Amino acid sequence: MLWVKVGIGLPNTIPGMSGALLVEWARRADAGPFSTIGVLDRLVYDSIEPFAALSAAAAVTTRVDLATMIAIGPLRSPAMLAKQALSVDALSDGRLTLGLAVGARRDDYRAAGVDHRTRGARLSEQLAYLRGELDSSGVGPSRPDIDLLVGGASGAAFARMARYADGYAHGGGPPRAFGSAATRARAAWRDLERPCEPKLWGQGYFAFGDPARGSDYLRDYYAFTGPFAEQIAAGNLTSARAVRDFVRGYEAEGCDELILFPTVAALSDLDTLAEVLS
Amino acid sequence: MRVSVLGAGPSGLYLAVLLRKAGHEVSVVERNAPDATFGWGVVFSEETLGALRDADYQTYLEITDSFARWTSIDIRYRDVTLRSGGHTFSAIRRTHLLDILQRRCRELGVALTFHHEVDEFAPDADLVVAADGANSLLRRGFVKEFGSSSAPQGCKYVWFGTDLVLDAFTFVFRQTEHGLFQVHAYPFDEHTSTWIVETTEATWRRAGLDTMSEEESIAFCSALFADDLGTHKLMSNRSVWLDFPLVRNESWHHGNLVLIGDAAHTAHFSIGSGTKLAMEDAIALANSFVRHPSDVEQALVDYELARQPVVERFQQAAGDSAAYFGRVGNYLGLEPIQFAANLLTRSGRISHANLTQRDPHFMRVLDSWFAADAVGAAALPGAVAPPPMFAPLRVGGATVPNRVVRAGDTAPAGAGLVLTGFVAVSDDGRTTPECPVMDDSWAVRQHHRAHEAGALLGVRLGHAGRRGATRATGGVDVPLRDGWPLLSASPLRYTPFSAVPAELSAADMDRVRDDFVAAAGRALSAGVDALELDLADGYLLASFLSPLTNRRTDSYAEPLRYPLSVVDAVRAVWPRLLAVRLTVTDWARGGLTVEQGVEHARAMAGHGVDLVHVRAGHTTATSRPEYRRGYLTTLSDRVRNEAGVPTLVGGYLTTPDEVNTVVAAGRADLCLFEPPPTPLEVPR
Repeated sequence: MLWVKVGIGLPNTIPGMSGALLVEWARRADAGPFSTIGVLDRLVYDSIEPFAALSAAAAVTTRVDLATMIAIGPLRSPAMLAKQALSVDALSDGRLTLGLAVGARRDDYRAAGVDHRTRGARLSEQLAYLRGELDSSGVGPSRPDIDLLVGGASGAAFARMARYADGYAHGGGPPRAFGSAATRARAAWRDLERPCEPKLWGQGYFAFGDPARGSDYLRDYYAFTGPFAEQIAAGNLTSARAVRDFVRGYEAEGCDELILFPTVAALSDLDTLAEVLS
Repeated sequence: MRVSVLGAGPSGLYLAVLLRKAGHEVSVVERNAPDATFGWGVVFSEETLGALRDADYQTYLEITDSFARWTSIDIRYRDVTLRSGGHTFSAIRRTHLLDILQRRCRELGVALTFHHEVDEFAPDADLVVAADGANSLLRRGFVKEFGSSSAPQGCKYVWFGTDLVLDAFTFVFRQTEHGLFQVHAYPFDEHTSTWIVETTEATWRRAGLDTMSEEESIAFCSALFADDLGTHKLMSNRSVWLDFPLVRNESWHHGNLVLIGDAAHTAHFSIGSGTKLAMEDAIALANSFVRHPSDVEQALVDYELARQPVVERFQQAAGDSAAYFGRVGNYLGLEPIQFAANLLTRSGRISHANLTQRDPHFMRVLDSWFAADAVGAAALPGAVAPPPMFAPLRVGGATVPNRVVRAGDTAPAGAGLVLTGFVAVSDDGRTTPECPVMDDSWAVRQHHRAHEAGALLGVRLGHAGRRGATRATGGVDVPLRDGWPLLSASPLRYTPFSAVPAELSAADMDRVRDDFVAAAGRALSAGVDALELDLADGYLLASFLSPLTNRRTDSYAEPLRYPLSVVDAVRAVWPRLLAVRLTVTDWARGGLTVEQGVEHARAMAGHGVDLVHVRAGHTTATSRPEYRRGYLTTLSDRVRNEAGVPTLVGGYLTTPDEVNTVVAAGRADLCLFEPPPTPLEVPR
């Protein structure tokens, strides 16, 4: 029995995915062995907005937790971001974990009309707002503190995580890369004298039925990273064995919650993953 | 597949061998002559040899048959030579290695072309390999695509040979009127050794080496190391003083062009891994074509995924090693055995436990020296002692039972010193409404808890300054809705939502100083063993120390003036161990530098501070710490060895081995120990 919790991603950033499929996906995830439904965030892409996607999922699920893994915080104003998150949390009766980071794409910022250069400072400001000002801002629905995760790979990102969040959202990669980030997250947590331990969330990609299509999607989704798109595509988990090794590897590195994202929007892939994990 | 390799160094030739063996059509082009080479011998580790054996047994045999092998490291320091054993080294003459590989290439039918003008290198091939070294011409055509960077790293160095045949990897440290010079030397065949001389650029200039000819420089070095060389001589092979180039590339391939060896990455020579990494690259690249025989792109991605994490670790270790040799002049106060321990653990790759396994005798001597020195005694021959973390520490009139410090509410069991979390000197100096304020009954309880565990109790006293009046849970630095007024050196808020603090007035300064003194008095009567004044992390006293937070125009613009007045006042009433928790660098642009931080530590020691708890960052909420295991250790090392004051350091030290390594090497005197929870210790 694994003690790392395993969640599944919604196919909200896979181009051409239908609303009906997304809803059915959420329903089956709720019935399956998954702890959480995760979503990704991308503005300049054929994708469903993460809070909209989670709202749809909230409507057809009762058990499973919901998480943004991550939402690109600075694209939204602090109050608007809070409104979206509080709404999803209210609709799902408190099942939301809000993962935030600055994201990796300049074109998202350009399209949103937001300065890319000050993204780190903006995210810090949003986090301070969510933790503090929000209480007295009148922006509702009023909710108890939502669990916050922060992602990012810089020293400043880890410090930001430890200052404001409940845990760390890793951006993906082999277990060893997760382990090295987890060490930095724990070091930052102690540096800021937070009690206990940060929650450590990881993520991976999978495709069973048509792995080549999944890898093509990853190449396209990550084309902006140039040569790294191929490395990410090479990390697509395409067999039961690969998924199990990956989950065990993350568990050994101290991962609390691992979200596996589909790279092909096929319900059969969700069913296979449910079988592999149960 | 047709493969064209530029550069007939070890990585290029070895890759050619391996790919040719796999049936590919391979040609190698080299601008120099077949027997031209730079440098002398190259070193391999045991681990690499296994990989070479599996990849091509024939060259493995030829290479290993001509190896010089040895197991010791000699450290010549002051007037003694210390030998540490149990290591595994092997080395080969570089020209001989190339000769073996060239012959193997020819035998297998690799097309070798020498004296080829590389400017015209535009091959028609399925795979093009840049094995043309640190200054790779092919790489320079795609600097942006590869994300290339190259910058000098470490000291000035020059690579000589000598007919002195050493029987150990030998470090020589020689102090001169100009500064310190060090030698990295090792044998590579039956007649010759490599002899690298290294020194800081400042010393190099002071010695006039910047204006010397090659002959003058070799004469200078020969004279400098005359005692070591005896009747033997240094030999030049275009031996000029160099800067080591640190080469990095974000991506190692572009289209069908791939970088290997020094073209892709360099690792400072002081960890002797350049050729090892280069040949391992060749093996990994050849292997990736076994997995993806018909897909160049996939194979190259595979190669990167296999090699980049490994190389990154070596580059980190090499960077630490290079930095060590840049500041080794600060360690000349260390006793020889500790100097040796510091040198051997410089790159972070070898710990106290590794050395204990390699050379138990050496480490018995180190541990017993450490234990004896800790109580001011001389080590006796044959003595045994517990590992360094269990040696007591005499500091500031106290004897801390061991080197382990636990902080806050963590379990004190086994620790020598228990440090409380932040304790405010007054109500308005609290961080949160839950933050304790120094009072006698609270201190007595803490004292009882620490002493029950066999530890001394240290109380961390501070005033939160502009980081005060925040929420107790759900993050730090989140301001209370109706907090109390804040104070700081200058009226600058800590986060965008923090309240603006008032600038400390003369009356505030007197009152806060009096609060510190009164709190120290209460701690004294409660039986507290040590006080740690908080001059770190952006709290009130620290706000004076940094140019980012002290914008005063009065006489307290001088960073140390007010903090030292508090230290003096407390020192006057506190006869026991007095420590300060001190920010030694802000990790922020325009902030306090390490050099200034070391000066501050020196000033503290001059004002009677017994121990410096080394901290960094958090002067502003936007500081940029570089977290990793032991990320504060180097700063502590610098404070301890440059300012000459005992130090306490944290920075996520989680294993007894890390503590042993840090204290044995003289990088700190006490370690904050922060092990993560484990399922092996189920909560009761």
